[in-house]
Amino acid sequence: MADRDLRLPLGVGVLVLLVAYATLVPWVAGVDDRVTDFSAARLAPSPGHPFGTDSAGRDLFVRTAAGLRVSLLIAVVCAALSTVLGAVVGAVSAAAGGWVDRLVMRLVDGINAVPHLLLGIVLVALFRGSLVAIVASIALTHWTQVARIVRAEVLSLRDRPHVDAAVLGGASRWRVVHRHLLPAALPQALVAAVLLLPHAVWHESTLSFLGLGLPPHRPSLGTLLEEARSSLLLGGWWTLLFPALSLVLTTLAVAAVGSGVRQRISAPRRGATLR
Amino acid sequence: MTAAPPALRRDPAPAASPGTRATPAPRPSRRRAAARMAVRRLAFAVPVVLGVAVGVFALAAASPFDPLAGYLGDRYLTASQDVQDRIADELGTDRPWYLHLLGWLGDLLTGDLGTSRSFGQPVVSVVAERLPWTMLLVGVALVLAVVLALVLGSWAAARRGGWVDRVVTPLCLLLQGTPPFVVALGAVAVFGVGLSWLPVAGLTDAGAALSAGQVATHLVLPATVLALSQLPWLLLSVRQSLLGSLAEDHVTGARSRGLAERTVVLRHALPTALLPFVTVLGTRLAELVVGAVLVEEVFSWPGLAQAVVTSATELDFPLLAVLTLLTTVAVLLGSLLADVATVLLDPRVRADG
Repeated sequence: MADRDLRLPLGVGVLVLLVAYATLVPWVAGVDDRVTDFSAARLAPSPGHPFGTDSAGRDLFVRTAAGLRVSLLIAVVCAALSTVLGAVVGAVSAAAGGWVDRLVMRLVDGINAVPHLLLGIVLVALFRGSLVAIVASIALTHWTQVARIVRAEVLSLRDRPHVDAAVLGGASRWRVVHRHLLPAALPQALVAAVLLLPHAVWHESTLSFLGLGLPPHRPSLGTLLEEARSSLLLGGWWTLLFPALSLVLTTLAVAAVGSGVRQRISAPRRGATLR
Repeated sequence: MTAAPPALRRDPAPAASPGTRATPAPRPSRRRAAARMAVRRLAFAVPVVLGVAVGVFALAAASPFDPLAGYLGDRYLTASQDVQDRIADELGTDRPWYLHLLGWLGDLLTGDLGTSRSFGQPVVSVVAERLPWTMLLVGVALVLAVVLALVLGSWAAARRGGWVDRVVTPLCLLLQGTPPFVVALGAVAVFGVGLSWLPVAGLTDAGAALSAGQVATHLVLPATVLALSQLPWLLLSVRQSLLGSLAEDHVTGARSRGLAERTVVLRHALPTALLPFVTVLGTRLAELVVGAVLVEEVFSWPGLAQAVVTSATELDFPLLAVLTLLTTVAVLLGSLLADVATVLLDPRVRADG
């Protein structure tokens, strides 16, 4: 299908534009949460304010960019942490086998059985306003998918000749895992990490939207959308539209990149197995 | 062991492998297999629920949050040390957290769930008052999502590339990328503020008495948004598995016998496609609960999910702990039901493993 092939370049293109918007605009314009101008509150989009202004008269073109920047940053950190945690746990679980493997897989099942947002809400409520708690609440619930994928990869790699050769050559178990098994599972883990990004963006924005994440004056997509909730009832549709649009675009672009990359790396791998 | 008598060996015991018999559905054994699986899954659910309880209490102990502050509220700063000590003794919060947890679990078994500060009521009555509204919202949304997914999904698959498929499938991909609370806010903006068609908050209009008509109009937007939040996954799975089963031999056979296209799709292809759908339904339950939290919060729907947010914002620990546990149990039971249904419906699925 033609649109399959377009997914990767299209996703990358949109993502590059979004990242450029999120980093360059706040950098050029400067963001100061304390500067308010109530005479310019809730202005509809105009050439001067392309995205309109919020209830405190702050320009939403700049604020949406700043919010996107914060949300993306948190998401990248969370996805990286989950990936490292998941890759290590998955590889160790597969390499160890036996009761360790069974225990880890039961733990993964257990975490997956509980709604992730609920765990996030409890954690963030108890450690209110802590950025570490937000990051931890996302990272601690999202590593399980990576662990599953890496475990499956390692299990399928374990019986390859080069691994047998390493074991016969007297390599220690740890050396086999980190020199021979983990590097081979890396591409799949990276795709999983990319696909984690939208989840992390959702999670953070949801917590902030509920008033449990970042404090309301700190721009993130979640806090902007929380503010939109009240402005909306006064007719301020633009306070919802632009932050929501950047959130949805980010999610779709990342998903397109993730599935595009997965397709590319899975095709030559099949060839490699045949050789 | 001695070899079996030749007479018996020539006649391969039909009872030896009940799962692989080709004779029409051996119901009793399937039911027994499903029951065995249910028991095993329940045994798995107990440690998960206990793990969540331990996690919640350990986190609370590690957090800077002081349970006394939660209990006393504004009086925390003015209460004397005496009063504080007495209350700490009554609540049992001066004990280490694991003893506190054990005491709490004991109270749970006797049905004493403590008092919710943010609602000023026993936790039991908060749950009793709000659970029906959540059940109503989630039930209506689930039925709506399942019906829409089956109808539109089958339609999109049966006429692949037709206008329904070309409209519905991209819309689903778009919805998959949109968090439920954004959909909810969009619905408020369009149908509540822009068009003023439907009410956007609460169970009834301000001051109006509780009546079926009032609740029904107030239910439209929240239930639709909640259904939409789960629809794309359900619909795309119906479409995908129906596309798969339309290519199977028995469907080609039905077509070549000259059966009407309608009969082929609905009576021959759809039943095989429904099994993965039940499984997907089970895996979406946790997300449905998350969606309910967000939808109830945006539409001020007085259900349990909204109470989760309230208890978290106000650090109402007794309520938060009970709701966390309750939600976990509900999700575990729901996915158990989905799995049991899969085993009962499909003779090919092996219950063990």
